[in-house]
Amino acid sequence: MIKSLDPRITRENIEENYTIAPLVPMDNWETYEAFHQKKRGDQHMHVGIVHAPNPEMALLFAKDQYGRRGVTANIWVVKTSQVFCTEYEDQDMFETTPEKVYREAGGYKVMDKINKYKKEKNA
Amino acid sequence: MYGNAYIDPNEKPKSILDGEDPIKLAEFEARIARGEKIEPKDWMPREYRKQLIRMIEQHAHSEIIGALPEGTWITRAPGFKRKMALMAKVQDEVGHAQLLYSAAETLGKSREEMTNDLITGKSKYSNVFNYPAYTWADACIIAWLIDAGAIINQVANAKGSYGPYCRALDRICTEESFHLKYGHDNVVTLATGTPIQRKMVQEALNRWWPPIMHFFGPSDKISNHTEILMRWKVKMATNDDMRQQFLNMYVPKIWDLGLTVPDANLKKNEDPDNKSGGKWDYTEPDWDEFKRVINGDGPCNAERLAVRRMAEERGRWVREALMNKNEKYVLPLA
Ligand SMILES: [Fe+2]
Ligand SMILES: [Fe+2]
Repeated sequence: MIKSLDPRITRENIEENYTIAPLVPMDNWETYEAFHQKKRGDQHMHVGIVHAPNPEMALLFAKDQYGRRGVTANIWVVKTSQVFCTEYEDQDMFETTPEKVYREAGGYKVMDKINKYKKEKNA
Repeated sequence: MYGNAYIDPNEKPKSILDGEDPIKLAEFEARIARGEKIEPKDWMPREYRKQLIRMIEQHAHSEIIGALPEGTWITRAPGFKRKMALMAKVQDEVGHAQLLYSAAETLGKSREEMTNDLITGKSKYSNVFNYPAYTWADACIIAWLIDAGAIINQVANAKGSYGPYCRALDRICTEESFHLKYGHDNVVTLATGTPIQRKMVQEALNRWWPPIMHFFGPSDKISNHTEILMRWKVKMATNDDMRQQFLNMYVPKIWDLGLTVPDANLKKNEDPDNKSGGKWDYTEPDWDEFKRVINGDGPCNAERLAVRRMAEERGRWVREALMNKNEKYVLPLA
C-alpha cells in the first residue's frame, strides 16, 4: 500500500504494484475545436481543442480551459470532424497576380484626371 | 512545469535520416531556416515527429504529475487567499497538460496512448516531481524556482518550429508569470518573517537545490543528433545554457533575501580572461542520482504513478458511460 506524506492519499489504500487494463481508443472521446470571443463585437478566435463526449460537455470543458482567466463574452465549439480545411500543400492557390492595386482604393487616382480636365478646359 | 526532454544517452541516433526524401527534406529545412512554422499535416522527417512527440508528451506528463506535490498543499495552505491562489495555479498546470497533450496528438499519438505510457512508466516526466514537498515552504520553493526553471525552458521552446507546440507554449507562458510571482511572494513572506519561518524556507531550499540543478538535464553531448535537433528548432538551447541562465537570474534573488545556497563552489566567474568568464561555477550535480531517480528509484516515483493510475481506474466507468461508440476519432486540427 502507498504510504504518503499526505494522509488523504494513504487513506485511499492504493496498492503499489498492479496494472490496469490499458485505455482503449475513444476512452477520452473525440475532440472539439474551441473558439473564444473576448468581448461583444470581437471576432471569435480559434484557441485550441477539448476532448468531450458531447457538445454540452465540450462547452463546459472549453469554459474551464479557455475561459477561466481574463474575460470572456462567448465560446463556440465545433466537432473537429466537422471542420473542412484547405491543404497547406495547396497554399500556392492563394497566390494570384502579384499586382493587386486594382483591388485597392489607392489604385484609383481620380483627382489627377479631374485636375487634368480642369486645366485643359481653362486653357 | 518542465525541464528538458530526457533522451536516453545510450540511444543510437545513427539512422536518423535513412530513407528520407532528399527534396522534401530540403524544402522542410528551408522552411524552418526562413523562420516559418511547421503545421501538423506538413511533410516532416520521422525523427522530427518522433522527437517532438517525446518532448511534448514528457512536458504534458510533467504538468500533470507536477500538480500532485503542489495539490496536496491546497487544504493546508496558510489562509484563504493562498488556498485560492494555489488552487488556481494547480488548475492552470492541469490545463497546461491538456494543451500539450493536444499539441502532441496532432503528431499522431493519441491521448489514450500517452496516458497508457505514463501509467506503465514507459514515458518519463520531469524528475523533480519524484521528490516530496515536506512542508509549506517546499510548496513555495516549487512555485517560485521550479516554475522559474520551467519558464526559461518554455520561453525558449516557444520559438521552436512546430506550430501547435509554439501556440500552446504562448498560452502557457502568459499563465506562468502569475505562478512565478505567487511563488516569489510566498518565499519572500517566509524569508522576511519569524526565525522559524526563515529556518523553514532555508531548509526547503536546501532540499530542493539538487533537484533544481538536475532540472535542465545533464550536459548535452555534442553529437550530430543535437546539432540536427537544433537546426530543426526542436531543441532551442543546450541544457547547460539554460542552467546558466537560471543561475544568473535567480541566485542573486535568493542571496538578496539573505538565504544561502547549499553549494560552497557556487559563484559567478567574473574573470574576463577565463573562457567561462561571466558564467557560474558550481559543483557538478550528482548525475548518478538523477539517473537512478528518473529510472524509477526516487522517493516518490511509485506514489506518483499509483495516484495517477488510481484516478484513471476509478474514473473509467464515468468516461465509458459517456462514450459514444458511433463516433470516430480524427486528429485535432491545430
Ligand atoms: Fe505549467
Ligand atoms: Fe507553472
